[in-house]
Amino acid sequence: MSAHDGGQPAHDDHGHDDLGIHATLKGYLTGFVLACVLTIIPFWIVMSGGFAKSSTTAVFVLGLAAVQIVVHMIYFLHMNAKSEGGWNMLALVFTIVLVVITLSGSIWIMYHLNSNMMPTMMDPSNLP
Amino acid sequence: MLAHPDLAKLIFGRLTLEELPLHVPIVLGTFAVVALGAIVVLGAITYFKLWGYLWHEWFTSIDHKKIGIMYMILGFVMLLRGFADAIMMRAQQAISFGDNMGYLPPEHYDQIFTAHGVIMIFFVAMPMVTGLMNFVMPLQIGARDVAFPFLNNFSFWMTVAGAMLVMASLFIGEFARTGWLAYPPLSDIVSSPDAGVDYYIWALQIAGVGTLLSGINLLVTIVKMRAPGMTLMKMPVFTWTALCTNVLIVAAFPVLTAVLALLAMDRYVGTNFFTTELGGNAMMYVNLIWIWGHPEVYILVLPAFGIFSEVTATFSRKPLFGYTSMVYATVVITVLSYLVWLHHFFTMGSGASVNSFFGITTMIISIPTGAKIFNWLFTMYRGRVEFEVPMLWTVAFMVTFVIGGMTGVLLAVPPADFSLHNSLFLIAHFHNVIIGGVLFGLFAGITYWFPKAFGFRLDPFWGKCAFWFWVVGFYFAFMPLYMLGLMGVTRRLSHFEDPTLQIWFLLAAFGAFLILLGIGCMITQFVVSFRRREALRDVTGDPWNGRTLEWSTSSPPPPYNFAFTPRVHDHDAWWMMKKHHYQRPLSGFLPIHMPLNTGAGIMLAGLSFVFGFAMIWYMWLIAAVSFALLLLVAIAHTFNYHRDYYLSADEVNRVEASRTELLARHV
Repeated sequence: MSAHDGGQPAHDDHGHDDLGIHATLKGYLTGFVLACVLTIIPFWIVMSGGFAKSSTTAVFVLGLAAVQIVVHMIYFLHMNAKSEGGWNMLALVFTIVLVVITLSGSIWIMYHLNSNMMPTMMDPSNLP
Repeated sequence: MLAHPDLAKLIFGRLTLEELPLHVPIVLGTFAVVALGAIVVLGAITYFKLWGYLWHEWFTSIDHKKIGIMYMILGFVMLLRGFADAIMMRAQQAISFGDNMGYLPPEHYDQIFTAHGVIMIFFVAMPMVTGLMNFVMPLQIGARDVAFPFLNNFSFWMTVAGAMLVMASLFIGEFARTGWLAYPPLSDIVSSPDAGVDYYIWALQIAGVGTLLSGINLLVTIVKMRAPGMTLMKMPVFTWTALCTNVLIVAAFPVLTAVLALLAMDRYVGTNFFTTELGGNAMMYVNLIWIWGHPEVYILVLPAFGIFSEVTATFSRKPLFGYTSMVYATVVITVLSYLVWLHHFFTMGSGASVNSFFGITTMIISIPTGAKIFNWLFTMYRGRVEFEVPMLWTVAFMVTFVIGGMTGVLLAVPPADFSLHNSLFLIAHFHNVIIGGVLFGLFAGITYWFPKAFGFRLDPFWGKCAFWFWVVGFYFAFMPLYMLGLMGVTRRLSHFEDPTLQIWFLLAAFGAFLILLGIGCMITQFVVSFRRREALRDVTGDPWNGRTLEWSTSSPPPPYNFAFTPRVHDHDAWWMMKKHHYQRPLSGFLPIHMPLNTGAGIMLAGLSFVFGFAMIWYMWLIAAVSFALLLLVAIAHTFNYHRDYYLSADEVNRVEASRTELLARHV
């Protein structure tokens, strides 16, 4: 059963493989170069010893990773705010909301659990 | 087993003859009954020469309607198993007081409550919910099948493979004794060295593949394959709830997969994610599994809300009150369901700030749910309510679910939860919402859509018997547990010292017995309805005077569902079509593009079963071979270019003409 029977008839039907994507060599090359640069920079930073504080390095590398995700989505997955009638954007926003809730919630909860419950953190004189 | 011990170990892993329960009479008796039943069923299939029919028409079918029906059958069969566990627990707790230790030893009792929870959630509620969505949703949106028909068949068989692993644990080795979520450190390799937790992990992982893929499949179907004119705000409410449920499945199940994978690594390769050493933290497991676990409850109950919406509107002969608010309530629940997971472990010690945040979000999520209840009530208000069996279930749901919802809000208060956590009050609460919400909804849905699936209605007398036994049985079985919970009795106990508690457990056991009668009535109902199918025949395709598109086609629908894709102009598309004296097209049919059946799904799932079983018993050789074969079959299937055909216009014409004739004969 093909989606053409029931789905949106709005596409101008050039052929069956037209997914509404306008892939160009230039787009792929831009994406490839950006992806390479965004990979080499963190690699170089880590190999050369990184910043004075290791946490700064970690945050920097994670930040570049986040940018890398966006590059992949735009240049390789051909996503933008309008693709698939906005469903891609909606799905992306929903995913980000859930990931933020899950990660920040878990960190918040585990931090409190750790400070309240872990025996090494407790003052032995307070134990019953 | 074999002369050479190393060779035996290579092939059989840690599976030895001692793992077979030859010394446990209860299990042996069960095995004898199950084996006898299996021989009778398989013998009957062979005798009536049904193997070819089953294989070609059902097992390899990629028709969403047949897959939906197979999901329902799987769910019902597993319901019998899960209920057998339930009534064994009730019987044990009713007699096990003082000197009487009951008839179940503790290690057996622990397996039973674990299996009961796992089966009821993963292999009863999930298959039934998925099955109903599979059957109904494409018909409601005027589609001819789901977006990925082969994937649908594969998903179903993966769920079956998971269910078979749980069933295998009954007779080969043992099941987990950890409770249905297998918290470490109890579920780690030190505390549970046997195969029970591994059965749990692999059964859920394999079934989880099926659940996730079917979630993606149904989601894409709703987004991409709606009939022209059916904008989002014109979709039937059941389709809306199916959309939200599948979003939740796609977002939540990967968390379960990941957390079970981490637990598996702790058990198999000695990592320390959830141990107490090397920075591991068992509390992280609890946190992660509830990030999946709380959305899971809404995955189950949202489609039930959708069913009640359809049923209430149909049998009140009115459009649903507050369609828009219903949709928004569903969407709000979808998002909020990710903000409440900590209420499952208030007592773990996150402190006042965290607990109060999650307590408040939990109370907030009851608001959209309450709004839905009022919508259903206002739909009934001044309607011409017809108390057919689906409507009876709906009314029982409204009463029961409100009680369950209120005890839920009570549990959401962290100080109250500290005294009620893990008590029988909690047990009563979640059975109250899962039986009263999900199960009643599924029963309403089964009765409502049964004529669409099989072409004849279910016998209402036996349906009403089942209804009354279930509802009264439910109240007898679970109201005493609220009392016991308030008295401080905790869950998962197989023995009690205080004889004054016994009367409550006897009442609960009586309730379970009533539910047993209810299940008996249901089976009778299926048999009686089949025998009286000519009297109960639905020739119109619209036995309840329905409102949505599934009632516009014949019962059962033709393989292609709709000869022409319907056009939608408003809510309740079929109701509007009837109002405007819609005429069925009688000519001008075109060939229809259809998918071809394939056995690849059942083969892949079979290999997954072998792989899971081999991993459970450390049969590394078989595991490696079956995994390699799994990849091979999957890749080979991608080279299968013979996967579709055209149903000729003549054939469509013939099917539609026979329906025209049928309709003319019964005007």
